Amino acid sequence: MATEANGEEGGLVFHPLDQFIVEPLFGNAGDPIHWYTITNVTLWMALAVLAIIALFVFGSRGRAIVPSRTQSIGEILYGFTYKMVEDVAGKDAIKFFPYIMSLFMFILFANFLGLIPMSFATTSHIAVTAVLAAAVFLTVTIVGFVKNGAGFLGLFWVKSAPLPLRPVLAIIELISYFVRPVSHSIRLGGNIMAGHAVIKVFAGFAAIAAISPFAVLSITAIYGLEVLVAGVQAYVFTILTCVYLKDALHPSH
Amino acid sequence: MATETENGAADAAHGAAESSAGMPQLEVSTFGNQIFWLVVAMVIIYFVLSKIALPRIAGVLSERQGTITNDLAAAEELKQKAVDAEEAYNKALADARAEANKIVADAKAEIQSDLDAAQAKADAEIAAKTAESEKAIAEIREGAVESATEVAKDTAKEIIAAMGFKADARTVTSAVNARIKG
Repeated sequence: MATEANGEEGGLVFHPLDQFIVEPLFGNAGDPIHWYTITNVTLWMALAVLAIIALFVFGSRGRAIVPSRTQSIGEILYGFTYKMVEDVAGKDAIKFFPYIMSLFMFILFANFLGLIPMSFATTSHIAVTAVLAAAVFLTVTIVGFVKNGAGFLGLFWVKSAPLPLRPVLAIIELISYFVRPVSHSIRLGGNIMAGHAVIKVFAGFAAIAAISPFAVLSITAIYGLEVLVAGVQAYVFTILTCVYLKDALHPSH
Repeated sequence: MATETENGAADAAHGAAESSAGMPQLEVSTFGNQIFWLVVAMVIIYFVLSKIALPRIAGVLSERQGTITNDLAAAEELKQKAVDAEEAYNKALADARAEANKIVADAKAEIQSDLDAAQAKADAEIAAKTAESEKAIAEIREGAVESATEVAKDTAKEIIAAMGFKADARTVTSAVNARIKG
């Protein structure tokens, strides 16, 4: 690959984004990618799914009153997410708990699996995060209108503001509402992509003997930061979903 | 430069997937693939979680809560039982003590009454014996007086006879009686 070739030449030409290339798992790198092609995206999403099943289905198969370690982790994640949905979105949002739990677990596991060296970070792709954010946006908007009817538009009509200001605020609120899915998706994808790219840049520096100790230390430090980012971004995505859901269920300010 | 040419060749090797911008994230031709597999993954996760995992964990959690509540209730019950048992024990102890006191008092009273009865009986016997003895003494004394009178009469008669007088029995008797009385 290009990066390896450059590394051997010792030049400072990096390809930190090569790690994000979507490639078919079987066949040549240049083969066209159809929607059904089995790619590295498929592999790493499948691993995330398997990890989730392993944790939640096989981990809890004992249904033990005194839980095993794996079951305990599953229960902690369950309790954490349940409490978050209940506290942030309200008690009537509990029926969306499986949906939010699925989102949270997928992003969490995809983020952490993406941190394995040589792996592929599915959540670093805007296509993935945009679909997740769009799904949340659509769900929230539909739920808002189904639950409140036209009253959902009260979200944009700030009753506590003076009357002349309200149309201006309504425009601002409307824009911010439609920017939500954009920020929601780019925040996650951008964070994961930037972190992985930075690690790769420092990995390129490591090829130069004089600064390689510094580069290796930096990779270690940034990797630690990325572990934090992986958890925090999954949490942020989920808690924002809860906040949006609360707006949909209770649109009054 | 040679490097750039090589890069170009490598990029070309990636085929149409590589754009000149170089950001794989913006390569629209891969979007369909990613979105399709994402939807598959999310649907699987959603069904596994909502149909199997989450109800199971919820069941385990509520069962555990129930077990803890039951155990606490049982512990409370056992504690109450222990308190009851202690109370019963103390009550039994107090009862036994009272019973023992009563038995002691009864025994004392019985002994006292036996003692009193025995004493009374002994007193009565002593009194009877005393009376009997007094009577015997009185009889003896009576007998002694009579005997002395008899002896005195006989002696007086004999003395008179020895002196050569013929004594009148009646005179002797009255004289002796007068002397004894005197």
